[in-house]
Amino acid sequence: MPVSVEDLEKTLRSAIKVEYLEIVDESSGCGESYRILVVSDAFEGKGTLARHRFVNEILKDYISQMHAFSQKSLTVKQYQASLT
Amino acid sequence: MFRSLLRSTTSGSRSVLAGHAALHPSSTLTSQLIAVRLLSTETRAAIQKAVDSSPMVVFMKGTPDQPQCGFSRAVVQIMELHGVIPEKVKTYNVLEDPELRNGIKEFSEWPTIPQVYVNGEFVGGCDIVLGLHQSGELEELLEKHEIIPKIPADAAPNPSS
Repeated sequence: MPVSVEDLEKTLRSAIKVEYLEIVDESSGCGESYRILVVSDAFEGKGTLARHRFVNEILKDYISQMHAFSQKSLTVKQYQASLT
Repeated sequence: MFRSLLRSTTSGSRSVLAGHAALHPSSTLTSQLIAVRLLSTETRAAIQKAVDSSPMVVFMKGTPDQPQCGFSRAVVQIMELHGVIPEKVKTYNVLEDPELRNGIKEFSEWPTIPQVYVNGEFVGGCDIVLGLHQSGELEELLEKHEIIPKIPADAAPNPSS
């Protein structure tokens, strides 16, 4: 079963309060390569490595099925700052 | 196993690359079992030795001259950009060693490759290294561990004396 955008979104949203989410399938639909941007205050107080580990853990069953996975995990404040 | 694991990557391996797609974890039950199998003490010790083998250690797909994956290529390019001292870096091609390829994920508790270690400590994968590069923290880290030459603070031409 290829991993779908819905799988990832549902799993993330059920684990943390997501303020903004972007999931890009970079595999042209075969579900093997995803790039995600997660914005959540659940990352507050966590360093980059800890955030990535945190997201990896939430999505581990899916990541193990993918060929490539890339993430950006920002707090709401950081995301807003990145937009300006 | 030790020999193959500890052999630093000097040549690309086409035969291993050919098996690339077939090794996709979801494609066979066997590879899934390998992925969840507990890391043996020997493998763990061998990986630890590899991690400690150099101030900077990169587990990647392919070699610095011939990276076999865009993420590994990106890390190599960032390293080149910073002018890392070749003697301070060791890279291991996980495509040449299935045991390392699976073992390193469990060892680092990190699901993807490449993986970068500095001074025996896990730094992260491609996303993190890129982020550290952009924020300037990578340069600091590499300088601190003398993986890149230190640029003295008074390197600017000094008109006095």
